[in-house]
Amino acid sequence: MATDLAPPPARAASKPGRRRRPGLGASLARYRWLYLMLIPGVVYFALFKYLPMYGITIAFQDFLPFLGYSGSPWVGFQHFQDLFTGPDFGRLMFNTLFLALLTVVFIFPAPIVVALLLNELRINVLKRSVQSVMYIPHFLSWTIVASLTYLLFSADYGVLAGWIRDILGDTAKIDYIAQEEWFRPLIILQQLWKLTGWGTIIYLAALAGVDPQLYEAARMDGASRFRQLWHVTLPAIRPTIVVMAILTSGNLLDTGFEQIWLMTTSLNRSVADVFDTYVYYTGITQGAISYSTAVGLFKGVVGCILIFGSNWLAKRLGQRGLL
Amino acid sequence: MNSMKHKKLNTEYSTVGSRVFDVINVAVLVGLALITVLPLLYVLAGSFASESEIAARPFFLWPEKFVTDTYKFIFSTPTFVRALLTTIVVTAVGTVVQLVLTFTMAYPLAKRYLPGRTLVLNLVIFTLVFSGGMIPTYLVVRDMGLLDSYWALILPLAINPFYLIIVKSFFQELPQALEEAARIDGCNEMGVFFKIVLPLSKPIIATFALFYAVSIWNDYMSPLLYISDPSKWTLQILVRQLTSADQADALANMDRTFVPPEQGLKFAVVVIATLPILFFYPFLQKHFTKGVLIGGVKE
Repeated sequence: MATDLAPPPARAASKPGRRRRPGLGASLARYRWLYLMLIPGVVYFALFKYLPMYGITIAFQDFLPFLGYSGSPWVGFQHFQDLFTGPDFGRLMFNTLFLALLTVVFIFPAPIVVALLLNELRINVLKRSVQSVMYIPHFLSWTIVASLTYLLFSADYGVLAGWIRDILGDTAKIDYIAQEEWFRPLIILQQLWKLTGWGTIIYLAALAGVDPQLYEAARMDGASRFRQLWHVTLPAIRPTIVVMAILTSGNLLDTGFEQIWLMTTSLNRSVADVFDTYVYYTGITQGAISYSTAVGLFKGVVGCILIFGSNWLAKRLGQRGLL
Repeated sequence: MNSMKHKKLNTEYSTVGSRVFDVINVAVLVGLALITVLPLLYVLAGSFASESEIAARPFFLWPEKFVTDTYKFIFSTPTFVRALLTTIVVTAVGTVVQLVLTFTMAYPLAKRYLPGRTLVLNLVIFTLVFSGGMIPTYLVVRDMGLLDSYWALILPLAINPFYLIIVKSFFQELPQALEEAARIDGCNEMGVFFKIVLPLSKPIIATFALFYAVSIWNDYMSPLLYISDPSKWTLQILVRQLTSADQADALANMDRTFVPPEQGLKFAVVVIATLPILFFYPFLQKHFTKGVLIGGVKE
């Protein structure tokens, strides 16, 4: 870390008794190559990250494309009022938060559990093969995952749907893809399948960093394997778990546009609509540009509050925060 | 280390309870690996099976009779060939653009003595927490005249801020002495970057080439948002069209000469959209864990 503290030689030569910051022109000249390299990236962030942030102003306007950002009439918080008092808000909030809750309960602990199990696996070849296989879904697109789900669960020809029918002896065909009550279980199954293996990487690294002497000492004290897990392993990876929890909490409202959109059908819309897909639906397909920007802004601000809030909470609980 | 492992095996892990746990653990993990991989193998097998076999057999990993009709149909369909080529080209060009932009920006940001560095870094980090959102970004892309242009699939995603910060951390870890030596030999920053830093960065370049390539190849949202012309469809849009309920519409859009195998088509299109990734995966696997950890574990 400290290795690059040494500045280029020029500065060392001109170092007098007290430190003087070189003027703007001087540093521009001395570091011209570095600044030159910085330009394309800065332009990217300005154009595609910060210009859209300026574009948020249209959430407070009735945006008309031919009048532009400056010419469109201002309406204050009208669109937010429409959102909060509109018929969709309660449903959107419930769907989004319910999926977030399911994520916390099912998706967040899954990689921790799998990493702990892998850590106990002492046949190295097997350990590595299981890992390699479980990383694969991370690299597949949500369209592939959705397609696999259709192929496995569709009522007409889905293999799994058929098996479940055989086992449970259900005479009626259940259309898992179309039925509302199966939307959330399918979403969670998809996430477990796609994300669990990849999620173990960071926990496995944390587990590899645990001092073996701690286990040695615990065994001397007669700790069973389970007690070693409880008293040595889990405390050792707690900071990692906290950091991952903070990162997750910031994304709680980010149900993920692609996955939800791909699994939404005209039949399950009432449980499938979340803020992300709603923004697309109202903004792009319905053309309610200002309104959908307001919805997106609401979502973004709440996400911000969540990430700062959980970071603050983690620090209060005596953990190193992230920010 | 080794002697300690032996001790472990001899004492602690020899109890009955511990052995039972080991057996169950192996069973559970192998089960999870199978759940992960079996759907993919089934789709691969199904793509080579006849329509009647797919209908008749519930699950198989090896078709009774190998049939390539589906692939013949796919590769004789202009819509599909065009989508495949489009996706390949966009992925290749996009990955190069993303790598160049990410690595050139990360290098100066790794120099602690560079005035203004902290400001830029904070502006980058802020974009991780807050963003303009889908609609304002869409308007920017539209105002730049990028709608229905392949650049819309590349430029808005040109730098992933997470990757940028990981690459920056990596650059900071490089031995400074080498750079010093190169400077004394008369290299300017560009020379140092190209002759010293980049050659040392090969593993991390490989990692992020994979990550970026996969993310463009798999991108469904950008083409959905920015591409409305069916002749510019990418593979992922096509996968969606063919495997979802809208299949009939998608087929109507295709110039076809005979009735395609409906189920087989779904299997085959998934295989084609997946295969390139699985092909490169083994080559890059040894790098990517390292790449992820440089960024992840530090915190």
